[in-house]
Amino acid sequence: MSAIKLTIDGRPVEVEPGTTILEAARKLGIDIPTFCHDPELAPNGACRICVVEVERARALVASCCAPVAPDMVVHTESERVVKARKAILRLILANHPLDCITCEKTGQCKLQDYCYRYGISESDFEGEVKELPLDDTNPFYIRDMNKCILCGRCVGRCQEINGAGAIDFIGRGFSTIVGPAFGDPIEESSCVFCGMCVDVCPVGALIPKAGVGKGRPWEVEKVKTICPYCGTGCSIYLHVKDGRIIGASPDFEGPVNRGHLCSKGRFGWDFVHSEERLTRPLIKKDGVFVEASWDEALDLVAEKVRDLLNRYGPDSLMGLSSAKTSNEDNYLFQKLMRSLGTNNVDHCARL
Amino acid sequence: MYEKHLMICGATGCLSSGSAKVQQALEDELAKRGLKEKFRLVMSGCPGFCEVGPIIVIYPDEVFYCRLKPGDIPELVEKHLLGGEVIERLLYKGPDVDAPARFYDTIPFYQKQKFNVLHNSGIIDPENIDEYIMRGGYRAFSRALKMEPMEVINEVKKSGLRGRGGAGFPTGLKWEFTYRAAGDKKYVVCNADEGDPGAFMDRSILEGDPHAVLEGMLIAARAIGSDEGYIYCRAEYPLAIKRLKTAIAQAEEYGLVGENILGYGVNFKFNIKEGAGAFVCGEETALLASIEGKRGMPRPRPPFPANSGLWGKPTCINNVETYANIPLIVREGGVEEYVKIGTEGSKGTKVFALAGKIRNTGLCEVPMGITLREIIFDIGGGIKGGREFKAVQAGGPSGGCIPAEQLDLPVDYDSLTQAGAIMGSGGLVVMDDRTCMVDLARYFLSFTQKESCGKCIPCREGTKRMLEILERITEGRGEPDDLDRLQELASSIKDSALCGLGQTCPNPVLSTIRYFRHEYEEHINEKFCRAGVCKPLFEYTIDPELCNGCTRCARICPVKAISGERKETHVIDPEICTRCGSCVERCRQEAIKVTPVRREADVSH
Repeated sequence: MSAIKLTIDGRPVEVEPGTTILEAARKLGIDIPTFCHDPELAPNGACRICVVEVERARALVASCCAPVAPDMVVHTESERVVKARKAILRLILANHPLDCITCEKTGQCKLQDYCYRYGISESDFEGEVKELPLDDTNPFYIRDMNKCILCGRCVGRCQEINGAGAIDFIGRGFSTIVGPAFGDPIEESSCVFCGMCVDVCPVGALIPKAGVGKGRPWEVEKVKTICPYCGTGCSIYLHVKDGRIIGASPDFEGPVNRGHLCSKGRFGWDFVHSEERLTRPLIKKDGVFVEASWDEALDLVAEKVRDLLNRYGPDSLMGLSSAKTSNEDNYLFQKLMRSLGTNNVDHCARL
Repeated sequence: MYEKHLMICGATGCLSSGSAKVQQALEDELAKRGLKEKFRLVMSGCPGFCEVGPIIVIYPDEVFYCRLKPGDIPELVEKHLLGGEVIERLLYKGPDVDAPARFYDTIPFYQKQKFNVLHNSGIIDPENIDEYIMRGGYRAFSRALKMEPMEVINEVKKSGLRGRGGAGFPTGLKWEFTYRAAGDKKYVVCNADEGDPGAFMDRSILEGDPHAVLEGMLIAARAIGSDEGYIYCRAEYPLAIKRLKTAIAQAEEYGLVGENILGYGVNFKFNIKEGAGAFVCGEETALLASIEGKRGMPRPRPPFPANSGLWGKPTCINNVETYANIPLIVREGGVEEYVKIGTEGSKGTKVFALAGKIRNTGLCEVPMGITLREIIFDIGGGIKGGREFKAVQAGGPSGGCIPAEQLDLPVDYDSLTQAGAIMGSGGLVVMDDRTCMVDLARYFLSFTQKESCGKCIPCREGTKRMLEILERITEGRGEPDDLDRLQELASSIKDSALCGLGQTCPNPVLSTIRYFRHEYEEHINEKFCRAGVCKPLFEYTIDPELCNGCTRCARICPVKAISGERKETHVIDPEICTRCGSCVERCRQEAIKVTPVRREADVSH
C-alpha cells in the first residue's frame, strides 16, 4: 500500500497506512503529551490528554489510537486542544495530592511536566477527593491509589504482557480504582512482582520501596549493565547514588528484554550492600566457620580434590558454578573440571 | 377449536399492576367451570397502554377490558364469555372519550399510532412460532435466502432505516461495511441492553414478538455472510430471555436456525449473553468486550465493529428495534410500503416509552415526523392532574429536554438533535410545573456519574465535578459563576470524552441551561426553587385566602408542623416542616403554596 500524506501543524508528512496520528507527529518531532499510551499494548485511548484537532471531525481525536487518513489536517496545539488538555489536567489535579515536594516521582512525573507545560498549578474544583489507604504490604513497591490517574498502563502490562492478570479496574464512576480482585492487598494477588507496572506508571502511584528517601531522580546516575542473575541477559540500569545501588530499572531498548524484567532483576539489589554478604573465604573448624585467607582455602580445596581423585576416580567429582559469574569464568570453570577428568559440571542458570 | 381467545397482557407494566393475579383468577375460574377447552388464555405481549392495566383483549369479539382486578373475573366469565354481553364498566373510560370505548379503534390512545414493529405485540402468543408464521413471519427470511447478499443490503439501504438504538446510523450502510470486511468468520450481534431510565421499548418487543428480532438477525446474517450471532440482553429482563430461548428452540425445530437452513446450505447459531446491568454495556464496543468476558469498557473507534468487532472479527451490531424492522422491509414489496411512512431523513416508525407526569403512561409506536405535541397530548392524554406541561426529556441521560415552545417539533433524528436532544432509544419523560429542571439535570448527572465506566478522565472526573456543582446549587450554595463553570466543563467533556455516552452525558445540563436558565439563576441568586423540589430552597406557606380550616393538612403532617383551629386558617412552622409535601397532596383548596425561604431579616415581624 502506498504511503499516506497528511499535514500536522502546517507541516506535510508521509507515513505508512495504519500509523497513528501520534506516531506521525513524533516523526516530525512534535511532542504530543500522553499518559496512557503504551506502544506495546493494545490501543487504549483512556486519558484523552493526547487529543488533537482534526479538521472536519466532530469532536477532538485521541491521537494515540486514531489512524492517519489521506489529506488529514491535524492541529496538535490549537486553542481548542489546549483548552481540553487544561480541563483534563485541572480535573486530575482536583483529585490528586499536591505533595510534589516530598513525592518520590518529582522530576520524572508526567502530570507534573504537563501541568508545568500548560501552566496549571492548582484546580478550581472543590469537591470530594479520594482517600484510600496505602498498600505497602509487600517488600517491593508502594501502591498509593490516591495518586493513580487510572491511565490503565499497569493493567495492560499485567494482563497483556506478563499475563499475571493481578490487577484490573474495580468499581464505577468516581470510585473506580485499579487493584487486585476483592480489594485484597497486592501481596495476596496473583502478582509476580515483575515491576512492569511500576516502570510504566506516569505518576507517583507505584513507587519502588528500595529508593524511598535515598535520592532525587536528577541526583541518581543510571548505569547501564546486564542483569547478573540468570543467563537471559536482560539489559538494565542500576540507579546509583554516592557509590551505592538504590534501585534498578529495565532498559526499554534492550534487545533481549525490551523493558521487561523479573522480580529479581527489578527489585533484588539489596544483597550488594548487605552486611551479611560473604566477602572472605570461611573454613569450618570444629563445627564453626572461621575466616581464612584465599591461599588457605584454595589449598584445602586442592587437597580434598586430589584425595577424592586418588581414592574414587574423577567421576566422584562434580563442579557447580554460578550464573552470576561471567560466561568467560564459566567457560574456564568447565575447562578446569574436564581437565580433572569429569564432565560433571553444571551451574544455576535457572535462578 | 376455541370459541374465544383472551389475550392478557403479560408485559412489565401490567404485571406490576397485577396481571399475574388476574390471570390466575381467570385460570381458576375457567378450570372450575370446565371451560378451559372452550376459551384460550394467552399471556401476550404489550398492547402499550400500561396506564390502564391489567388489560385483557378478547377476540374475535374485539373487546378491550382494562384496569381489571381478580374480583372482576367471575363476572367477565359469566356475562361476557358465557352470556356474550359486553361489560361496560370494564371498558376504557376517560376524559378524552364521551362514552366507554370498546376497542383499539375508539380509544384515543391508539388513534395516532401506527403499528409496524409492534404489529404482533398483544395479538399473538409470543411463545408460539406458528402464530408468528401465520402473521407473515419468516417469509422475509426465506425470501432473503433466495437473494444475493447485496440485493438484501440494497433493500435495507433503500428503506432508509436508521439505527433505533439512538445514534441513527444508516443500517444498510453498516451492513454493507460488514459484508465488505475481509474475514471468514463474521458475527451478528443484537444489542438488547436497554438501560435508559424510563425506557422499555426493546423489552416489550422481545417479550411480545421475539421471533421478529430473530428473523431480523437471520436476514442480517444472510446479508453479511455470518453463521453465528449473540443477543446481549440484560439479566433484569428474565421474561424476555425466557421467550427468546423458547423462540430460538422453536426456530431450530422448524429448520430456520441451525445447519443447512431450509436446504440452502447456510448455517446459523444463536447465543444469548446476559448482561450484568452496567449502563455502559449498551455502548457497542463495551458490549462486545463484555461478551468476550472482559470488563465492559468502551474502546476507541476506529476500528469499527464492522471491521473488527467480537473477538476481532467483522461484526454487525444493531439494536432490538432495528432488527425488528428488518422483516417488514425485506418481505415481498416491503420497501415500497416502508418508505411511505416517515420523513425524508427518517423513515418508518419509532416506538416510544411514555413516562413521567403524563396521563397515559405506556408504550406507543408512531410514524416518524409526528409532532411531540401529538405524542404527549393526543396519545399521552396530556399532563396528569391537568397541570401545566413544562418539558419533555427525550433520549434519556444522553438526550436533552425540550420545552413547551418546541412541542410542534417533528419527531425525527435531525430535528431532535437540532433542539439539543436526541432520538435516543425512545424514552420520553414528561415533566410538569412541579419538576425542578436543576434537580432533573442533577438526577441525570448522578446517573451518568454512577454508571461511568471510569476509563476516561473527562467522563469519570468531569461528571463528578458537574454533579457536585449541581448538588451545591440545589442545596442553596450555588455561586454566580457556577453556570459558566458547568458550561465550560460540559463543552470539554463533549469534545474530549472517549465514547458516545461520555460525549453526550452533559446534554441534560446543557439543554436545561439553554431552555430554563432562569430556574438556575433563581436557585443561585434568590435561593428559591419554584417547583418545590429542592428542599432547602423553599417553604410551604398556607394562603389564608384559600384555607378553609378543614384540618386535613394538620392531620396528615408526620412531624406536626401545622397548627390551627378547625375552620380557621392553619399555619406551617418552617422550622419543623420537612417539606415532605404530604399536606400539598392532601389540601383540596390548593391553599399550600411554594414560597421563598424567609431570611432572618424577613422573619422579624
